[in-house]
Amino acid sequence: MTNGWRRGRQRNNNMATGEFAGHVPHAHAAPQSFIRKWVFSLDHKVIGLQYFFLALTAVFVGMFLSLLMRIHLIWPNVSLPLIGDIKPETYLSLLTMHGTIMVFFVLTTAPQGGFGNYFLPIQIGAADMAFPVLNMLSFWVTFIAFLVLLGAFFVGGGAPLHGWTGYPPLSALQSAGPGEGLGADLWVLSIALFCIGALMSALNFITTTLDMRAKGMSMMRMPLTCWAWFITAILGLLAFGVLFSAGILLLLDRNAGTSFFVPLVVVNGQVAAHKGGSPLLWQHLFWFFGHPEVYIAILPAMGLCSQLVSVFSRKPIFGYKAMVFAMLSIGILGFMVWGHHMFMSGMSPYTAFAMSVMTMAIGVPSAIKTFNWLGTLWGGTIRFTPPMLFAIGFVSLFVSGGISGPFLAQPVLDIPLHETYFVIAHFHLIMGVASIFGIFAATYYWFPKMFGRMLNDRMAKWHFWFSFVGTYAVFMPMHYYGMAMGLRRYSQSTEVAYMHNLVPLQQFITAAAIVTIAGQFIFLFNLFWSMKYGEKASDNPWEATTLEWTTATPPPHDNFGGITPVVYNGPYEYSVPGAPRDFVMQTDPATVAVGD
Amino acid sequence: MTMTSFGGITQPAAGQRNNYSAADLPFEMRLRRARLGLLVGLIGVLMIFISFTSAYIVRQGLPTLDQRTNALVRDWFPVRLPGLLFINTLVLLLSSGSMELARRQVIRQLPLARTEPGPNDSLTLDKGIPWLTLTVLLGFSFLIGQWTVWRELAARGVYVSTNPGSSFFYLLTGTHGVHLLGGIVALLVAGAATFLRRPVESRAVVLDIAGRYWHFMAVLWVYILCLLEFAR
Repeated sequence: MTNGWRRGRQRNNNMATGEFAGHVPHAHAAPQSFIRKWVFSLDHKVIGLQYFFLALTAVFVGMFLSLLMRIHLIWPNVSLPLIGDIKPETYLSLLTMHGTIMVFFVLTTAPQGGFGNYFLPIQIGAADMAFPVLNMLSFWVTFIAFLVLLGAFFVGGGAPLHGWTGYPPLSALQSAGPGEGLGADLWVLSIALFCIGALMSALNFITTTLDMRAKGMSMMRMPLTCWAWFITAILGLLAFGVLFSAGILLLLDRNAGTSFFVPLVVVNGQVAAHKGGSPLLWQHLFWFFGHPEVYIAILPAMGLCSQLVSVFSRKPIFGYKAMVFAMLSIGILGFMVWGHHMFMSGMSPYTAFAMSVMTMAIGVPSAIKTFNWLGTLWGGTIRFTPPMLFAIGFVSLFVSGGISGPFLAQPVLDIPLHETYFVIAHFHLIMGVASIFGIFAATYYWFPKMFGRMLNDRMAKWHFWFSFVGTYAVFMPMHYYGMAMGLRRYSQSTEVAYMHNLVPLQQFITAAAIVTIAGQFIFLFNLFWSMKYGEKASDNPWEATTLEWTTATPPPHDNFGGITPVVYNGPYEYSVPGAPRDFVMQTDPATVAVGD
Repeated sequence: MTMTSFGGITQPAAGQRNNYSAADLPFEMRLRRARLGLLVGLIGVLMIFISFTSAYIVRQGLPTLDQRTNALVRDWFPVRLPGLLFINTLVLLLSSGSMELARRQVIRQLPLARTEPGPNDSLTLDKGIPWLTLTVLLGFSFLIGQWTVWRELAARGVYVSTNPGSSFFYLLTGTHGVHLLGGIVALLVAGAATFLRRPVESRAVVLDIAGRYWHFMAVLWVYILCLLEFAR
């Protein structure tokens, strides 16, 4: 085994010396004014923080909306402060905005825009992103998109009702409901703006990864986080253009009288001035984006989890190449399975079968990743730090949420389950909470580098247990509720006779949600308290090997203080036989001779 | 090796310290990065038009219910393309040619500029046919031509909502026009770089990228025209 490890080392070194990716100096000097330094900053670290705080704001807004929905579900007649009575259409507005905010402005924004922006250039040894101005623009476009979306709450008619998937004809007709006027226009506009921001961001990530790696940082020496951000950017590049196109068509249907998505339809007794369009066309375009979007949300968390289980088990990652190829195949397969969201649409059973087989095929790379995480943990000297707890929590949620995937991937099971809470449980566990655990893990792991202080350990552990037990308590019962045909999107179930027996289950879920949400305030308090009062962090508090831990804390404007890192080692050199410490930095030239 | 090691990070020796100004990046490196960025960006643009094409083909084959006869009929009427559209195509192809000449002109000036004493001699180097100006003029002519085509169709009573064929006609020409306008802005930036006496290398990068983008727009337009003409 040692010999194999040495051979691998030798090969890596040869690769490194033969490959020079072209490190370049920082293209802009450190700004002095407040506006250029913190608002319209070109520094990828500041932009990363801006994305992070945008996502932090968004996640609390989204969480508040879910709280309102949960309260309404068990006390349908209670009038809520600020909101008043929740009518069925109000409930649908809350549902739409919760989904849109969480998917776009939290799950897409924090892992990629936030941590990716901050740490991709540092981890590959670059001074900044390839196109800093574009980077700044992508944040501000995303920020405006968020404001436009929130604006939908305050216009006449309120926020749209059509769900985050925006299915026409509901989303395409101004007269279809109270929120489908200006509110829905703002929703489509916000999504289109978000797409532009995401495309600019993807362009930057891909170019930076390919063109700005430091000397010795071959592709196969990149930390798996960088691979994840890189593959996520490719998915974003291919997917967001499609959503943008669909959004343009929807805007035209709504405002220019075209009929791309609207068939001959009667609304409120009136024949609408459309004919011949196809709602299924929207579904195809939307899900061609929508399924890769699931991986856009979770791939960065997978990359980070791989990083953390290695760092905190003090072992090299089990199967680095397998991890890279698993992520690549998840990315490729992700574009071939969109039809599994449309089994209900009456598609040909042959198409459904093909989509079903491709979907289940994703289980293979997913299982490779899971077993490799477990293989890394096996026999490791595990350090149960807060980031590690969240990484292990991520693996747990990924398995629990993923296991219901093969159920829903089969049309025969999906058709009865599709409209039920079973689907809610599935995608919240795997796409929502698992990715959020990735974001938490990233926050606990990189906070010392970003702010120069440690997050409080005790509060972090309380936060972990609240979140871990809480999310299982919220989402596991939803599987049972779904299997008992508890229907999703319905604002009331307490008055429906066949659901009476299930009301206690809903009450339990709401209670669990309230406790879990309360737990998140521990995190919020810890975050801001530790920025000021946390224990001072050293440059490498976790004894990790990657480049961000070689530089000052927080990193200087050009990341490495005017010096150019050179990489000699892979990113997961832990417990190396014969090495003086149990980890070898990527930049540590002393290890070159090991084994020779 | 002229490097010294410092805390795990290798530091360039004295005299090799990095200089933090965009203009000081090696030209080849800037060009390579910009070209890579353009290539990635064009994939994003391509996905938009691939989606439109997919929608075009799907929508074309969809039937709709005729309320009078209660039968399923096709509601797709192809737009009879105005002759001016083909003249516009010729103008755009010509502009692509002049763009290429403008790009090559500035590339030819590069070695000359490097031997000149200062970086601000770009104005003195701009001898010969003003290909860049010609490209901008041809680009604007194309857009005005496309606008005229829209007016002509509107005069015939063919609007964006008239039928799915006309919807797609306006959608595809409009989206292409907006993208071409982006190319014109890039060319104006390149022109302004000359005017502001920026170093010829900066101008060469902008022109190289704008040129490649422009060719892409020309090819994309020919594709759109073929789609509108042959996939009716």
